[in-house]
Amino acid sequence: MASSLPGVLATDATRPGQHTWMNTLVRWLFISVSLSFLAAVLLAPLATVFVMALAKGLPAYLHTFSDPDTAAAIRLTLITAALVVPINTIFGLAAAWAIAKFEFRGKSILITLIDLPLAISPVISGMIFVLLFGLHGWFGVWLQEHDIAIVFALPGIVLATMFVTFPYVARELIPLMEQLGNDEEEAAITLGAGGWMTFFRVTLPKVRWGLVYGMVLCNARAMGEFGAVSVVSGHIRGLTNTMPLHIEILYNEYNFVGAFAVASLLTLLAALTLVVKTLVERTGYRRR
Amino acid sequence: MSFRKPSVLPGFGLTFGFTTFFLSAIVLLPLAALVLAAASMHWSDFVRVVLSPRALGSYRLSFGASLLAASINLVFGFIIAWTLTRYEFPGRKVIDALIDMPFALPTAVSGIALATVFAQNGWIGRYLEPLGIKVAYTWLGVTLALTLISMPFAVRAVQPALLEVQRDLEEAAETLGAGRLYVFRRIILPTVLPALLTGFTLSFARAVGEYGSVIFIAGNLPMKTEITPLLIVIHLEEFDYQGAAALGVVMLAISFVVLLTINLLQAWNRRRYVRAAH
Repeated sequence: MASSLPGVLATDATRPGQHTWMNTLVRWLFISVSLSFLAAVLLAPLATVFVMALAKGLPAYLHTFSDPDTAAAIRLTLITAALVVPINTIFGLAAAWAIAKFEFRGKSILITLIDLPLAISPVISGMIFVLLFGLHGWFGVWLQEHDIAIVFALPGIVLATMFVTFPYVARELIPLMEQLGNDEEEAAITLGAGGWMTFFRVTLPKVRWGLVYGMVLCNARAMGEFGAVSVVSGHIRGLTNTMPLHIEILYNEYNFVGAFAVASLLTLLAALTLVVKTLVERTGYRRR
Repeated sequence: MSFRKPSVLPGFGLTFGFTTFFLSAIVLLPLAALVLAAASMHWSDFVRVVLSPRALGSYRLSFGASLLAASINLVFGFIIAWTLTRYEFPGRKVIDALIDMPFALPTAVSGIALATVFAQNGWIGRYLEPLGIKVAYTWLGVTLALTLISMPFAVRAVQPALLEVQRDLEEAAETLGAGRLYVFRRIILPTVLPALLTGFTLSFARAVGEYGSVIFIAGNLPMKTEITPLLIVIHLEEFDYQGAAALGVVMLAISFVVLLTINLLQAWNRRRYVRAAH
């Protein structure tokens, strides 16, 4: 902007009031208020996680993970994520294809319904499965007669997690696919490519970064979900405790090193998620 | 199929069918079970649960603290978004990426970390204690937790809108002698207002249902520091499914209203941009 002005003006005629003391003051005020706020509510808690986890030294930190209950919690969280993320990814791809590639009536209602789990309290997300499959629930008696455990067992945890993380992949892909348009797919089909071939060779490469980000986000939420899983899990130590639930138990037992050690793993996962997000954005893909 | 426009692309039946089937199985049917469970109650039982003093106390806290948290985020969200879009300073990109942290961080982790920092002997709590401010195990702690977890929504809603503000309009106004506050009130605020309101509503929506981070920092005392989601969990643990379902339906109804508000705000926002473009 300034470079297009003649030499003398270029230095003086910037925005009016650009260099007044008032401007500098406002600038520093905004930056310091922002940073203080974030330091108090965000950075201090993040630092606390690691300080508390390492409060009694590295051996105590590592000792936490040799506890069989902690190991079981980590395993259960990994299993849950390994089941939930692929299923929700397939759903997200199907939903994005139907919504972004075609024009049909009721589309906006469908999008709203897909987003619904985001607006619902995690406690309700867990409760609905207790109401369906719990002992006093709709199918409770039938399930008990047939010796099938859903609530207070892995299937319930997976269902609740699936509900909570349901929209993430679809939400990333729908706007991206809409923005990229149908021209290339239509060309591929017209030239004789099949539907699957078009999807795998044309669409998937185009949206891969959005897909990666959606999956990473879905994974982070799946591993970190607390409220919904808490309601359906039954908190059986070593059996139906995921990592977030195990944190609660350790914390309530005043085993702070243990609680924060497990928390530090989830914090690192969150940090990794943000790194992936930043890398994905660097490829030129922007959300919305 | 008359309800969709014809297209040469294949796979509509398959993907649309799968989407609606999966959506119904995982989301809609379970939610219907909740509504049915509450509907099977006698009307007077429903009212007794939903309007019990303990429930009313929990609404007061849940809504009060969520509104307060959303308001705090309205102010600080704007300040942070402004700082990140308008100023260049060392570490800006890292801070920008960190804004999403509460979104990626499991709520249980935010909960125990906040409770530790703001406890009487915590890093920040110990400086507030002599001032007579107790954060942990009070409604202030609830508000703090809700502020943290809903903060990204406020910042991320305002950021794109601030980028849309036409700098040349601001410059023209200043050249014509408008003061800083006048420019803010007449040019910046009208442009970002829908985004600010959207951010406020999104923050509120996220905060009102929050459970994980709150239960660690709230004292969880009935009538005082007990949020509605916790009351639902207590009903469930006592195997009072109907009572839990009744409270769940109240919260669900509120979620719907909030969701509707967000959609209306965003539609308003889009219309404004379209008008501005012409």
